[in-house]
Amino acid sequence: MSYLLKRIGFYLLTVWAAVTINFFVPRMIPGDPVQALITKQRGQMTSEAVRSLYVLFGLDKDESLASQYFSYLGQLLRGDLGMSFTFFPSPVADVIGDGLPWTVGLVGITTVIGFFLGTAAGAVVGWRRGTWADSLIPVTTFVSSIPYFWLGLVAIALLTGPGSFFPASGAYEIGLVPNWDWQFIGSTVQHGLLPGFTILISSVSGWILSMRNMMVTVSSDDYVTVAHAKGLPERRVMLAYAARNALLPNVSGFALALGFIVGGTLLVEIVFSYPGLGLQLFQAVGAKDYPLLQGIFLIITLSVLLANLLADVAYLALDPRTRREG
Amino acid sequence: MRNNPKALTGLVALGVFVLFAVVGPWLAPFDPSTRSNDLLQPPSSAHWFGTTHLGQDIFSQVLVGTRSVIFVGAVAGVVATVLSVLVGVTAGYLSGSAGEGLSALSNVFLVIPALPLIVIITSSLPETSNLTIALVIGLTSWAWNARVLRAQTLSLRRRDYVEAARANGESTWRIILFEILPNLTAVIASGFVGTVLFAVISEITLAFIGVSDAGGWNWGTVLYWAQSQQALTQGAWWWFVPAGLAIALLGTALSLVNFGIDEYVNPRLRTRSSTRGVRMRVGFTPVLAKETS
Repeated sequence: MSYLLKRIGFYLLTVWAAVTINFFVPRMIPGDPVQALITKQRGQMTSEAVRSLYVLFGLDKDESLASQYFSYLGQLLRGDLGMSFTFFPSPVADVIGDGLPWTVGLVGITTVIGFFLGTAAGAVVGWRRGTWADSLIPVTTFVSSIPYFWLGLVAIALLTGPGSFFPASGAYEIGLVPNWDWQFIGSTVQHGLLPGFTILISSVSGWILSMRNMMVTVSSDDYVTVAHAKGLPERRVMLAYAARNALLPNVSGFALALGFIVGGTLLVEIVFSYPGLGLQLFQAVGAKDYPLLQGIFLIITLSVLLANLLADVAYLALDPRTRREG
Repeated sequence: MRNNPKALTGLVALGVFVLFAVVGPWLAPFDPSTRSNDLLQPPSSAHWFGTTHLGQDIFSQVLVGTRSVIFVGAVAGVVATVLSVLVGVTAGYLSGSAGEGLSALSNVFLVIPALPLIVIITSSLPETSNLTIALVIGLTSWAWNARVLRAQTLSLRRRDYVEAARANGESTWRIILFEILPNLTAVIASGFVGTVLFAVISEITLAFIGVSDAGGWNWGTVLYWAQSQQALTQGAWWWFVPAGLAIALLGTALSLVNFGIDEYVNPRLRTRSSTRGVRMRVGFTPVLAKETS
């Protein structure tokens, strides 16, 4: 239990670090972005909204740095992430609330499937070292070097177009109202297939490589030799002895790699105009929508930390050593 | 390295890219930004990779863009490697709260998603150039290597020869520089290559979403224009295929070099010997027949 508590403490530290980075970064922005927005909206903003933006950007010159920092923290705790420039007059929290379910659905599901598929394939490839399976390695190396978004571009060029089953953009048929009927769910699945496969193909190869290397390292360890010597069936040695132990570094690797993977998959959303956080990030960069950028960064960080916590729980279940007291 | 075909292939391919980075802008047949009347032409003998919607030569854009890609990769790689050695080796060698603190710092940077962080920093900067992008990437991507180096240093500092050096009264600095660092060379090298790959992909990704050196070209800018001008719906495959292949080839070259280093560090990974099942060792008494399945 102390292991988990230690991890939670570490995640709280990370949240604090991310919030603090978010507090200091906007101070580099040249000029007065809030004034620019007020001019653009011609006085349609309430004084309350203006005030919250000034707190967000730390442009409140009358206050000391410390009190700016605390009013910023207070504002975050109330869930106030400021006003979005591009989706004016929606608050950033609402904009992100619209995008988050799509990203969690698409990226979450494909990342988990990719991890399981890749780990299983890597276990087999690593076990059958020196056979035809080794020829998979150059292919996976090449595929894992391709940026996710470029693979998406190729997929759109090859597989979509007039009369194709796969739609090239969006998350559901235009004109449908999001609700839980079969027509909408079917449309969502149809739109999610191509982006999903793109992410799957790029992410699977990385897991194959790392699991293969762990399997190769583990399979010449003494306890595997002993398992062979006991006359255990090949399958059992591979799964219960070699793979079980090779899995541990891959699970902790999964937690650590999440931050990188999420970054890559957000780009797939841009290519497919999938209405998640990635597309919003793209729009925010183009429109210099700083509050939205910061909000997305915070939410993505929080989601990755939450996923990390889940990976920790999985690790706890897989490795009995972490459950030992002391 | 010489008897390692993977690493050799990777090094040769990498050399070609570096060569293009140096001489590319002089070799380019056209100015990458100059417009012409050949709008959206497929590849031909005049324009090897075709042209854009403004009649710009894509071959020249890719060739000229190589310099920016290699520059950002190299600068970010050096910055991140220096930082990771400083933080990682210190964290591994120092015991107590200082080491723990540095280790926690690198873990924090490791779990914060790098790409969104790089995006918010670069888009808030007063100016974006290749140098600032490289510095931001370098300053945010050292954590992974620091972690690996710390683990390696932890295992080295208890070895007998380090204890012997300490017993001889060598200074801490001398022990770190002359006893520990030489044994970390392979790890540092592999970390450098990995960071260069990450930096290259990050730079291209940034350019693809619209954060890049003003007026300059890199492979990501080519893809940015291809995407924003609807190259896909117009069937202009030549607009995005060359830049993407260049990225994948450079990435593969870097990965191959890293495999070479990995196999040098961990001989078990070498594929040459096709032993499977039981590996015989001298002194291991119960001799088993090799698995026959």
